[in-house]
Amino acid sequence: MFSLIAPLFQRLYDETGLNFIIFYDRYEYDRFVSGIAISLQLIFWSILLSLVIGVLGAWVQTSRSRLLRGVVNGYIQLFRNTPPLIQLLFFYFGLGAFTPQVDMGGYYEPLISSFAWAILSLGIFGGAFNVEIFRSGIEAVPKSTAEAAESLCFSRWQTYAYITLPLAFRISLPALTNNLVSLAKTTSLAYVISVPEMTYTLNQVWSDNINVPEMMLVLFLFYVIIVSLIAAGLHWLEKRLALPGYGR
Amino acid sequence: MPLVEVHDVHKSFGDLEVLKGVSFDVRQGEVVCIIGPSGSGKSTLIRCINGLNNIQQGSIKVEGQEVNDPNLNLLELRKKVGIVFQQYNLFPHKTALENVMMAPVKVLKEPKKEVEERARALIAKVRLGGKEDVYPGHLSGGQQQRVAIARSLAMRPDVMLFDEVTAALDPETVKEVLLTIKELAAEGMTCILVTHEMGFAREVADHVYFTDRGVIVEHGPPEELFTRAKDERTQRFLSQVV
Ligand SMILES: Nc1ncnc2c1ncn2[C@@H]1O[C@H](COP(=O)(O)OP(=O)(O)OP(=O)(O)O)[C@@H](O)[C@H]1O
Ligand SMILES: [Mg+2]
Repeated sequence: MFSLIAPLFQRLYDETGLNFIIFYDRYEYDRFVSGIAISLQLIFWSILLSLVIGVLGAWVQTSRSRLLRGVVNGYIQLFRNTPPLIQLLFFYFGLGAFTPQVDMGGYYEPLISSFAWAILSLGIFGGAFNVEIFRSGIEAVPKSTAEAAESLCFSRWQTYAYITLPLAFRISLPALTNNLVSLAKTTSLAYVISVPEMTYTLNQVWSDNINVPEMMLVLFLFYVIIVSLIAAGLHWLEKRLALPGYGR
Repeated sequence: MPLVEVHDVHKSFGDLEVLKGVSFDVRQGEVVCIIGPSGSGKSTLIRCINGLNNIQQGSIKVEGQEVNDPNLNLLELRKKVGIVFQQYNLFPHKTALENVMMAPVKVLKEPKKEVEERARALIAKVRLGGKEDVYPGHLSGGQQQRVAIARSLAMRPDVMLFDEVTAALDPETVKEVLLTIKELAAEGMTCILVTHEMGFAREVADHVYFTDRGVIVEHGPPEELFTRAKDERTQRFLSQVV
């Protein structure tokens, strides 16, 4: 791949001065590829964590315990009503200060890396929205359908897992798509706690090479492509899971 | 011993007392119909029998097992008691066959192959052979209701509860559903039916109960109740619906 595009971008630079160094310089190219990998991992794990939190939180919201419901409500309010940037900083610098350091043979590293903090923080942030999204999906599932399952000996948890959740998930998908796309974009904030994802990486590249406009363009395109892919994937899922005979 | 014994059942929703001391017995293989005006508590009564509603006072026993017991194993009760609702309530994301197979496979953990054989036989029995892989959204109301009946039967219940199962159907498909229930009754299934189909009640019931405002006003064999009702309220109700 690299050897294929390198001459092209080298010539572009020589002839026009447009410096896409990440496409012709081996060192910068490797930095760029690793930035992509870290960004994709960050997006993947944050989304996964936010979904797990969403499912469990929505399940708690249907529980009979007022205390548990109150705790989840507090969590939702807190994380929906504060900027994700502040949350990241709070997790990394606030909570990070209290986590133990591990002896790595001579030098010390924090038990939880900035990458792990970013996943935690972003997952929890996105999860707060997912709880609400799944909860309204669950509310839209007819109570009588769940009741039919209970009459067929399904336990409360089985009813949730086999009936309510699959139906609520389908109902929630459009809103979920919006939130997950938004979460994917928000992962770029991990830049402030030095997670070497795309934004952070390109920022380093343009600091070293003074080619801000070119790298900005790459950064833009990167997010356009990622977001389009996620949205397309979820729309495909939406179509695939559409309930036969219930056209929407 | 009766299969289902309902004794002096009281049930309230908040301040509203819906059942005010209802008692009746259903013997093995018996078909019992409950009729009465809207709001008289028929659905509530039938839902109490499989524990969907709890009761405040009285006793309901299914095969000797007290339903009004805080330590009751609901799963054991519901294995014995099948229920079919007015709004079929099929699982819309599962095919007809999957609807029927789901509870025995997922809940009772029975071997899938065995359940599938039984499910296919049940679907054929409710005259829906060929519709196994069709989703509920593509079935008519009557067809969905028959899948719901097959789904309940797949759990091999000892008694079946039917709550106005034809009320939401158009007249064309009512017949198919009633036919299915009639066959079931003829095979000796114990049935408790809430229905507005008086002709049907008269035909299949061994015993008919007329309820009004939370009490059983009058009961008896269908011939007697439908032709020689003693209570004025029963007479008025019957003259309105027939
Ligand atoms: N979950 C509930 N909460 C509060 N009130 C209820 C509830 N379920 C039923 N009721 C009330 O209890 C009364 C009896 O209702 P029920 O559904 O048992 O009547 P029904 O005889 O089945 O009527 P229908 O023929 O219209 O189905 C009604 O006044 C109804 O509004
Ligand atoms: Mg009713």
